Amino acid sequence: MNAFVNHFTFEFRVGIRNKTLMLMNYLFPLGCYFMFGALMGSINPGFLLTIVPAMSIFAVLSGALLGMPDTLVSAREAGIFRSYKINGVPALSILVIPVLTSMLHALLVTVIIALTAPVVFHGLAPVNWAGFLLVFLVAAFASAGIGVLIGVISTSSRMTVLFSQLVFLPSMILGGLMLPFSLLPPALAKVALLLPTTYAMDAFGGLAMGQAAGTHPWLSLAILAAGGLMAFALSVFLFKWDSKNVTRGRHPALALLAWAPYLVGLMLSL
Amino acid sequence: MNETVIQVKDFRKAYGTFVAVDGISFEVERGEIFGLLGPNGAGKTSTLESLEGLRFPDGGSLRIAGVDPSRQSRQLRALVGVQLQTSALPDSFRVDEAMRFFCAYHGKPPRDDLIDRVGLNDKRAAQYHELSGGQQRRLALALAVAHKPPVVFLDEPTAGLDVASRVMLHDLMRELKAGGTTILLATHDMAEASEMATRVAILLRGKIAAIGTPMELTATGAGLTKISVHTEGDCLAKASAAFPAVRQTQQQEDYFIYYSTDIGPTISALIAYINAQGDPLVDLRVERPTLEDRFLEITTKGAAR
Repeated sequence: MNAFVNHFTFEFRVGIRNKTLMLMNYLFPLGCYFMFGALMGSINPGFLLTIVPAMSIFAVLSGALLGMPDTLVSAREAGIFRSYKINGVPALSILVIPVLTSMLHALLVTVIIALTAPVVFHGLAPVNWAGFLLVFLVAAFASAGIGVLIGVISTSSRMTVLFSQLVFLPSMILGGLMLPFSLLPPALAKVALLLPTTYAMDAFGGLAMGQAAGTHPWLSLAILAAGGLMAFALSVFLFKWDSKNVTRGRHPALALLAWAPYLVGLMLSL
Repeated sequence: MNETVIQVKDFRKAYGTFVAVDGISFEVERGEIFGLLGPNGAGKTSTLESLEGLRFPDGGSLRIAGVDPSRQSRQLRALVGVQLQTSALPDSFRVDEAMRFFCAYHGKPPRDDLIDRVGLNDKRAAQYHELSGGQQRRLALALAVAHKPPVVFLDEPTAGLDVASRVMLHDLMRELKAGGTTILLATHDMAEASEMATRVAILLRGKIAAIGTPMELTATGAGLTKISVHTEGDCLAKASAAFPAVRQTQQQEDYFIYYSTDIGPTISALIAYINAQGDPLVDLRVERPTLEDRFLEITTKGAAR
């Protein structure tokens, strides 16, 4: 337990010491929050109704998809995991701790957003804070699960950027952060149902923001939780200590199974 | 009674069709420093990393104090300390944090004394990327032995170290040996192997080409002993008869150099001749073939096959 706490504390500090992680965990999401708050608030006042959950999810995605995977790939390629293995650091710690620290960084940013948005931008504050925290934690877990899975299957930093952007950009555009899901054309709405952010925004609307009409928050929450568990389980299954010494022939394409819960969500909506 | 700590039996490791290690066997006893020598690609690192549990053997068996490295990972970690040939720590890891971090995973209190011992006392708060290559290797060594493992694997431990660091490392190895720690040392440095190792095995193309103490290995080779003789006069220049067991002669400044396959008869004959000529002896030096000579002999012969 002492070792786990020690590892967690160290990993959390790295998220602040490391310039890339500092940028992706704090500076980028907070910078975007102030920019979007100022711009979108005047262009599309409806955005202010969802600014708190939308920018919280943005912070989660930034840390989980743009920050975390590359540090995992770099650590594996540099031989850091080998050093960990020979010193008895379990694989589970290597995967669980970045997920937890990524969630904690995002939570801190979310607290700043939730406290400042109503004051600075006249954004809507959550009406149910417990519901907000619950949805936040599940959504952060689902996103961090995907982040860690990308870190496990990517063979290089370049692949990490590609995979991360494949999830990040559609999530930003179609996932309900900038535009409400209800405004999407039917074909794009189907695509959006393959993105965790769509379910996160639906759950936030129903359980935290007092916008229950037309939402299925508990189903969305269940799909998010299943997606997070699936992604994390696949990360454990596909984890390699050392890219040059493949001991298990498990194909990275298996990572696509992490989308099974979202596919179920899409099918349920048909 | 000697206690076998490391047991390698018919060990085989292949990467696709390339056989890196081809059925080698050896044993290392408690308190030994056992050197693994060989040219690049001979199978040293494959052997070491399989013993460390980082690779899986394709045949044979490996045991460290009865523990199978590929199946009993948890037990292995308590038994062994490892300094890898290439390893790294996160850039922002501080020296004292790294010590706390790994000691916690081993369930031991941090060994701040070891940070001093490897000369990193003034670098405790330095981050890993701020350390020089030599300092990073010294930290890796300190971390490898921090939990007081009975077996230590060192892969090229002195590569890139300056003279002072090298001396410090050798002193530490001697201390560990004196305390009963068994050390498996893979190195390209023949002087280091000769000085530190109790026994060495020379690997060539995945097989053991020679095994024994450095003295035994140098004695069994076809290497010639160099005998350098300097007399006041020039009687050796006038020596008409060849001395026994001498295969080659040459002159370097004031010295006559004889390469002998059997130094006893050669030296006896030389002394007898010099005395008979009444030419006072100024200097006589005998240089046995070194481990490096023997290594080159074995690897050159092997490569020619």
